[in-house]
Amino acid sequence: MSSLDDLYRRVIMDHYQRPRNKGELDNGAISIELNNPTCGDRISLQMNVENGMIKDARFLGEGCSISLASASMMTESVKGLSVDQSLHLVDLFSRMMQGEEIDTDEFPLEDIEALTGVAKFPARIKCATLAWKALEKGVKQ
Amino acid sequence: MNPWKKDFPILFQQVNEHDLVYLDSAATSQKPNSVIEQVAAYYQGYNSNVHRGVHTLGTKATDAYEGARDKVRDFIHAKKREEIIFTRGATTSMNIVARSYAMVHCKAGDEILLSPAEHHANLIPWQQVAKVTGAKLVYMPLESDSTILLEKVRPLITNKTKIVAIQHVSNVLGTINPVAELAKLVHEVGGIITVDGAQSVPHMKVDVQELDVDFLSFSGHKMVGPTGIGVLYGKEHLLNDMEPVEFGGEMIDHVDLETATWKELPWKFEGGTPIIAGAIGLGAAIDYLQAVGMDQVEAHDRKLTAYALNQLQSIEGIRFFGPLENRIGAVTFNLDNIHPHDVATVLDAEGIAVRAGHHCCQPLMRLLGETATARASFYLYNDESDIDQLVKGLQKTKEYFMSIT
Repeated sequence: MSSLDDLYRRVIMDHYQRPRNKGELDNGAISIELNNPTCGDRISLQMNVENGMIKDARFLGEGCSISLASASMMTESVKGLSVDQSLHLVDLFSRMMQGEEIDTDEFPLEDIEALTGVAKFPARIKCATLAWKALEKGVKQ
Repeated sequence: MNPWKKDFPILFQQVNEHDLVYLDSAATSQKPNSVIEQVAAYYQGYNSNVHRGVHTLGTKATDAYEGARDKVRDFIHAKKREEIIFTRGATTSMNIVARSYAMVHCKAGDEILLSPAEHHANLIPWQQVAKVTGAKLVYMPLESDSTILLEKVRPLITNKTKIVAIQHVSNVLGTINPVAELAKLVHEVGGIITVDGAQSVPHMKVDVQELDVDFLSFSGHKMVGPTGIGVLYGKEHLLNDMEPVEFGGEMIDHVDLETATWKELPWKFEGGTPIIAGAIGLGAAIDYLQAVGMDQVEAHDRKLTAYALNQLQSIEGIRFFGPLENRIGAVTFNLDNIHPHDVATVLDAEGIAVRAGHHCCQPLMRLLGETATARASFYLYNDESDIDQLVKGLQKTKEYFMSIT
């Protein structure tokens, strides 16, 4: 099951079982709900954005290991980023899902790099990108 | 080996370095050589438009296309060939009933009775009818095993009930609904019944006169035929009173600058160049199923479904949805702590194709308390060895996720 190991890295399963930033923020936060209509995955993302900086991000969701781990990693990595930086990260992630090699010197991907293997499973790319689509929609509000 | 598997060339391949085990026939069935060959023979030998040319190929194409209609009529035992409308699939068929029959016959205060387990294709058209006409949607209660109890449905069928819309067999649960009894009840109050036969017509003998249903919709691709072809059966007097939903070539009788009249049945519902290759392929699919015998198909599919339910019980932490007996074609389940998409991905790595998701039944998923489920579905080319592979695959799935967490 070697190719499966590329998909299900330990760090992904760790985020799936112990999601970071799970929950909701107080009133006043940006709030986005997105579904993946083909499979029923759902994410509710909340962010506090002040002066163009993402101060905090939390999520609630239902879905597979890939979609929830991706959401957990995303919330972890966007905290402290400017809106522009977060959009840059959305772009990097989308390129990563298309199988492009990402220069990690350009941007430290940290845990997110573990999702590289998803690109080899076309049916699962939409799982990984759901949270990032929510991020993009949220910061553009 | 299963005596029919050899007829389906696609099944003899490796997927991810394993022999393919195809358990997704409720989504779409595989096609036997005879269907593939007859579609190819049309394109290679007599591709032509129908009902218009005087040339030889056109006549041959028309004969084949209309011949397919006769095969469908015979297959579901309709009284007349005029009652068989070719459509793009069951979804289109159900939309025609909603738009052309229900939009005209329903008014505020009328009721449309349906099951909460309906496929979106037999749910959303009725929501639209309700929105436009003011008719009310009434839902049958489901038992804890997701079946319908006739005694509890009976009081819901009243003088207000204009339409009962129900699937014959559930695409999620494989349950068989009491369509003939529902037809009798709704006829007593002057209403009609429209049946989604997408999951029943492929697996069992469906006799529209015996069931006394008013409309029956089904798709060719789920019954070893091609995609893009389906059937709307309707009782002649109902279809006669309905207006076409698509206007254009093929369906007209006489056209002036300001007005037009329609052809007679069935062609008034078949605007534009029809799905000729699809109909010919569906005819070939019916020939194939009839040569096997629908009683044989049904017995085989029921036996496999029962075998699957039995064998899968050996897996610790498996939860089944739907009743444990009297079902056909599909087994739906989840494994504790493993999302069905993850199950499907690991199975795929083992060459086993199953469906994971909401199966176009979001309201049913909510009733089941799940956002998604895994579904293994069977057809005549499957056998016990496929299910044994599934059991092994699910054991591996559990071991795999245990090993990495």
